[in-house]
Amino acid sequence: MIRDLANPTRFMSLSRALLPWVSGLAALLLVAGLYMVWFVAPADYQQGETVKIMYIHVPAAWLSLFFYSLMAVSALGTLVWRHPLADVSQKAAAPIGAAFTLICLVTGSLWGKPMWGTYWQWDARLTSMLVMFLIYAGILALWRAIEEPNRAARAVSILTLVGAVNVPIVKFSVDWWNTLHQPASVFRLGGPTIHPSMLVPLLVMAVAFTLVGVALHLSGMRTEILRRRVRTLTILEAERLDAQAA
Amino acid sequence: MSTHTFFIAAAYAVTAFVVGGLALRAVLDHRTQARALEALEARGVNRRSRPKASPRPDGERSAQSAG
Repeated sequence: MIRDLANPTRFMSLSRALLPWVSGLAALLLVAGLYMVWFVAPADYQQGETVKIMYIHVPAAWLSLFFYSLMAVSALGTLVWRHPLADVSQKAAAPIGAAFTLICLVTGSLWGKPMWGTYWQWDARLTSMLVMFLIYAGILALWRAIEEPNRAARAVSILTLVGAVNVPIVKFSVDWWNTLHQPASVFRLGGPTIHPSMLVPLLVMAVAFTLVGVALHLSGMRTEILRRRVRTLTILEAERLDAQAA
Repeated sequence: MSTHTFFIAAAYAVTAFVVGGLALRAVLDHRTQARALEALEARGVNRRSRPKASPRPDGERSAQSAG
C-alpha cells in the first residue's frame, strides 16, 4: 500500500477520490458533535457550562500529538526509506499540527482563567505543550529558510526527530510530575473516568477533528505535489529559453 | 448561560477562526498552484522540454519524483 502510494500520480488520483468523502464525513460528524455538546451533554457538577471548552481543547491536544507523530514517521520515511512522498507529507502536516497546538493552548488558557483563576501556569503539561508549539514554529521556519526541497526535507527531518522526544514528555508529564493539569481521563489503564454522557460527545468531536485534520493533510499534500510540478516545469522552461537564446 | 459565557464563546470562536483559516488557505493555495501549472502547460512546457545535454538543476530529483 505504502509502496503503491510512492507514485505521486497514483496518490493524486486516490486522494482526489477520497477527499470529498473524508471532508463530507468530517462535516457531518462535526455538526453531530456540536449538537451533542450544546444540546445533549450535561453541565459538569464542578465546571458548569465551562466544560464545553473541553470538547474542543482535548481533541486539539490529541491532534497536536497525532500530527507530530505523523511528521516523525514521515521524517524516518525521508531519511531512512527515502519515500518520495514522505517529505511532502511532513511539509503538509506541519502547519496543521501547529494550528491544533495553538488551539489547544488558547482554549486551555480560556478554560484555566475561570477554573484555576489564571490564564497560564508554568506546570509540566502546559510548558511541554508550549515547547511543542515552538518546535512546530521552528520546523515551519526551517521549511521556508531552505529553498531547495531535498536539503530542506533532510534538515527538517533531523529537527523533527530531535523534537519527537517531547511527544512522550507531553503525554506523560501529568504522571511524571505534580501538575495543576488533571491526569489522563480517557486513555488510561482502568478505563475512562468520564461519564458516558460526556464521553460520547467528546469521542464524536475527536473523530470529527481527526477527519478534518486528515482532509486538510490530504489537500495539503496534493497542493505540495502541484507546487513541485510547477517548480520543475518552471526550471525546465528557463532551461529551454536559455538553450534557445544560446 | 453561565457566567463564563465569554470564555466558552471565545474558545469556540478562536477554534472556528483557526480551522476556517486552515481550510481557506488550503483551497486558495491549491487553486494558485493548479492555475500556475495550467499556465505552464498551456505554454507547452512539459517534462520532455529539457534541452539536450543540460545539467540537472540541484534538487530536481525530489521535484521530479514527487511531481
